[in-house]
Amino acid sequence: MQYNWNWGILLQDPYFGWVWSGLGWTIATACAAWVIAFSLGSVIGVMRTTNVAALRAIGTAYVELFRNIPLLVQMFLWFFVFPELLPRETGMWVKRDLPLPEYSTAVICLGTYTASRVAEQVRAGIESIGQGQRYAGLAMGLTPAQVYRYVLLPVGYRIIIPPLTSDFLGVFKNSSLALTIGVLELTAQTRQIEEYTFQGFEAFTAATALYCLVTFIVMTLMRVVEHKTAIPGMISLEAK
Amino acid sequence: MFAAFDFEVIIKHIPFLWQGMQLTLLLTALALCGGILGGTVLALCRLSRFAPLSFAAGSYVNFFRSMPLILVIFWFYFLVPLLVGRPVGDFYSVLIAFALFEAAYYCEIIRAGISSVRRGQVYAGQALGLTYGQNMRYIVLPQAFRNMIPVLLTQAIILFQDTSLVYVVGLKDFLVSGDIVANRDNRLFEMYTTIALVYFVLCLIGSRAVRRLQRKYAL
Repeated sequence: MQYNWNWGILLQDPYFGWVWSGLGWTIATACAAWVIAFSLGSVIGVMRTTNVAALRAIGTAYVELFRNIPLLVQMFLWFFVFPELLPRETGMWVKRDLPLPEYSTAVICLGTYTASRVAEQVRAGIESIGQGQRYAGLAMGLTPAQVYRYVLLPVGYRIIIPPLTSDFLGVFKNSSLALTIGVLELTAQTRQIEEYTFQGFEAFTAATALYCLVTFIVMTLMRVVEHKTAIPGMISLEAK
Repeated sequence: MFAAFDFEVIIKHIPFLWQGMQLTLLLTALALCGGILGGTVLALCRLSRFAPLSFAAGSYVNFFRSMPLILVIFWFYFLVPLLVGRPVGDFYSVLIAFALFEAAYYCEIIRAGISSVRRGQVYAGQALGLTYGQNMRYIVLPQAFRNMIPVLLTQAIILFQDTSLVYVVGLKDFLVSGDIVANRDNRLFEMYTTIALVYFVLCLIGSRAVRRLQRKYAL
């Protein structure tokens, strides 16, 4: 194996800056997408547990649509096809004046895709509580909205903290797909370093280490959160 | 907008797209076999009572699960020719990346499957005088695989979708074939919509079939 080691390359200008700016874009993309995924996913997930057939159908259609198309294809659809579908004026605005076009597109794509996963977790969480709690709430005179707000969601969210953590890590890893439409996030930057310097080993090691580090930090934080929010007496939480 | 939808460009390129789809299916099938095989070995290591072995397998799984697939593809695209000492072709680099990456995910599924087999079955096998290998081969694994078939197939659908990521190294799979036509003939709208529709229909049929299977085999 012929390879010239040069770990110093990672500390040299401009490559050091590239790695950090890449990490910054990765985190910015993942966090912004997570905001969309969590809020939209919660709404869709709740819709799938209501008694209104139309709402359930919309929720199911959303989940099936976004889960059955590869994320990369969705990225291209948002970037190339979606502006064409809009009315002329809006389409023009999206193509010309949208601030940070690649970044915004990537965030929307990752957000709506991950929302379908979050929706499934939220639905599973609410369904695992059982109908008794819902009936108890309704019997006490709460409106259906209040039942969700005060009874079902506070318990449901706590149950699904572990799967939500892995969904967040999923969006963090999937943000690397943004490189296909030109966002210079961590993977893209290290790939660029490899192309400029042929020091692929060092560059990819840096990216790998940073991905592992972020995963480790998130896992540790979420374990603390899970512990703090645990409901005493719940079997699903005690078993952990 | 839809009035201008050019069906001709799609019909004209069906043979070209089919070639891409064959590569996608081949890659999915081979990565699936490699992943399940590797995943089984890893799962057995992880459940082993020999601590260093289970630690090594656990580290492997956690390591691969915290990396994005694209980065793994880049890693092996860069590493494999370097290790082998000569160019081996993009397909093999990508295949190795997928197999090793999927093995980590299959390991977790198979481990859960093996853990779902009741302890008594293992003891019964031991009481009959079976060796560890025989016990696994004839008693534990057949039951475990039966339990986890739905999850294995769901993961296979995810793998089928993930193979589209070979785009980043330009291997001519279904997506890249469509992408080539889209850019050459300037028909982005038609081609990307078609690609999405084909993936959607195939994956929807797949996931529906898995759900039916699950209901049929539910214990």
